Amino acid sequence: MKLDEFFVTGDPLIYGADVSIALTMIGAIFVLTYFKKWKWLWTEWLTTVDHKKLGVMYIIAAVLMLFRGGVDALLMRAQLTVPDSSFLDANHYNEIFTTHGTIMIIFMAMPFLIGLINVVVPLQIGARDVAYPFLNAVSFWTFFMGAMLFNISFVIGGSPSAGWTSYVPLAGLELSPGVGQNYYLLGLQIAGIGTLLTGINFLVTILKMRVPSMKLMQMPMFTWSSLITMVIIIFAFPVLTVALALMTFDRLFGSHFFTMMDGGMPMLWANLFWIWGHPEVYIVILPAFGMFSEIISTFARKTLFGYKAMVYSMVVIAGLSFLVWVHHFFTMGAGGAVNSFFSITTMLIAVPTGVKIFNWLFTLYKGRIRFTTAMLWSLAFIPNFVIGGVTGVMLAMAAADYQYHNTYFLVAHFHYVLISGTVYACFAGLYFWYPKMFNHRLNERLGKWSFWIFVAGFNLCFFPMYFLGLAGMPRRIYTYGIGDGWMSLNVLATFGGVLMGIGFLILVYNIYYSFRYSPRETTGDPWDARTLEWSTPAPVPHYNFAHLPEAKGHDAFWIMKEEKKQGKAPEKKPYKPIHMPSYSGVPIIMSVFFFTAGFGMVFSWHWMSILGLVGVLATMVIRSFDYDKGFYVSVEEIEETEKKTTL
Amino acid sequence: MSNNEQTNSHSHFPWSHLIGFGLSIVLTLLALWVGFASDFSFRTIMIIVVILALIQAAIQLLMFMHITESDSSRIQVGTILYAVFIAVAIVAGTIWVMSFGMHNMNM
Repeated sequence: MKLDEFFVTGDPLIYGADVSIALTMIGAIFVLTYFKKWKWLWTEWLTTVDHKKLGVMYIIAAVLMLFRGGVDALLMRAQLTVPDSSFLDANHYNEIFTTHGTIMIIFMAMPFLIGLINVVVPLQIGARDVAYPFLNAVSFWTFFMGAMLFNISFVIGGSPSAGWTSYVPLAGLELSPGVGQNYYLLGLQIAGIGTLLTGINFLVTILKMRVPSMKLMQMPMFTWSSLITMVIIIFAFPVLTVALALMTFDRLFGSHFFTMMDGGMPMLWANLFWIWGHPEVYIVILPAFGMFSEIISTFARKTLFGYKAMVYSMVVIAGLSFLVWVHHFFTMGAGGAVNSFFSITTMLIAVPTGVKIFNWLFTLYKGRIRFTTAMLWSLAFIPNFVIGGVTGVMLAMAAADYQYHNTYFLVAHFHYVLISGTVYACFAGLYFWYPKMFNHRLNERLGKWSFWIFVAGFNLCFFPMYFLGLAGMPRRIYTYGIGDGWMSLNVLATFGGVLMGIGFLILVYNIYYSFRYSPRETTGDPWDARTLEWSTPAPVPHYNFAHLPEAKGHDAFWIMKEEKKQGKAPEKKPYKPIHMPSYSGVPIIMSVFFFTAGFGMVFSWHWMSILGLVGVLATMVIRSFDYDKGFYVSVEEIEETEKKTTL
Repeated sequence: MSNNEQTNSHSHFPWSHLIGFGLSIVLTLLALWVGFASDFSFRTIMIIVVILALIQAAIQLLMFMHITESDSSRIQVGTILYAVFIAVAIVAGTIWVMSFGMHNMNM
């Protein structure tokens, strides 16, 4: 392979990206060296097994990916604003919508939510860490390396261009001969390991690590939604793993699972992809539902309405999520019986979801509402998500779907549910739990500016797309003619997209501004909130709880505060040494080997993939013979820390 | 916290894991041999491979997944039932969806 085939050449945008990547790396290395921070970075962050730090790293990675995916989105909007635009060529456009979709779902939405779950869930259930802290670090690093492997594709070797669904035969070797599709397969495969491990880890954590006094039906709603999400992850992700492996065999080793010839079944890929893909959308929406429940309950100053109905509706959603996948390809023409069955199961999902919407509304009813930024995101979610949901039911009707399929109507629908569901929740959760993570709040004034601009931009961008879809504009086209009459709505959509970008930039500026100027927290409970994570002091000590808290019902921390008001002060108990897990460098090293193996397989450099896999195996062996059982935090250290923190 | 004592249940040699690992490899090789090198009819091959797969799944559950080590059988039964439900939904659903319209194809 020649060097100019290895690096992507010929496009000024890519050269710009090359330069900015190089400058960022040089800058990071310079800053770390100049301030002598390498050792700090390694001992405090890269080797950490602390769920709070891992959560923060997940969120940082997710915000970076949101930036990357957002730039992709704006490039697409720039191309589509006017007819017959020549800003991007067809292939470049294909690459951009492929990476946009893949990055936003797999490398933005999931890690953002998993990051918040990492930070919040152990605190909510009164645990000092997750069940398997080492595994948690492996999860993060495999996700991160998978994401990096996928991301370098646009400067080294070329990006995938067959869509985030990567349907064969388009994604097969004949029609996508480059290495781009291999990046997709290996990047997702490696990141998927991390997600599956997270699923197992948090399932066990929530079931086994709760404070003994907390019953299942007293868990905070975010913890409940995380638990159900983990069950879906455990059952759905193996399907993706298998499907990706089969396509990898097809592309690298000449097998015929999904090929057109020799008995392969191309549509089986679509089938397997959506058996994972539909549960996947519930993986990214259920934690969002959980967050909205917490935030709405806190800022309406009421306990959540219909707790049990909320839990059961999530269980029903989780069960149904595995029975609807064919609605993604009604037009394959599987026949009336198949389409009717999946049409009905799809519409059924609207029932438990509707129950949840009404429960949020009833929680708001007669509440004393405080309009904080986190609350504004949650309130905007309800009407926007309903628009997405109702159009979803329209799409669920198989006969009507033949009309909507592959048009901008669909694009508008899933952006309405994913952005106003997942992205709003990520922002709401970030504002809400930010003081738990960084010991200061995000500025509310900037937060509200960012909120209004983003929400206005979102609706301006995607609402016109419903009408573009009805007017016949197909998705995934890179340009259209002047005679199609789609220009005015496209201009509007691009304007909205720019506003969303501005809203995001204000959020990023807010992070910097608040770091500089926001007053530090003096209490661990800035919002007068209800659940146990707010009972920890500020900053949260690395062992979370000096004494394990007691959960006496729903909203355990609220009950504690009420009891305190009535003068029932908790008795002072002596501290006991706390057992904590040791930090380890093995997870990051193992993941670097995964990356090496993946990179080798992308280019079919088998010596490199074998080297990487041997490295993975070696790190596993090292871990197996590691008898480090963690350490005890001494009573003196606990006393010292508790004096410094403010409660 | 209850995990203060990291119990020493793992300090003995993991024989059951090793046996399970060995059996899994043997069963997989057997399936490969039946599939590629035996003279059985297609139907017999399919039956043998499915039986081998079920045996292997049972070995995995017993040797690696600690299915007998829980004190609450209610959770175990619930999990297994849910897993069976998902497996049947995926496999039967896929066959149903993918076989429809096959008569239109030259296969």
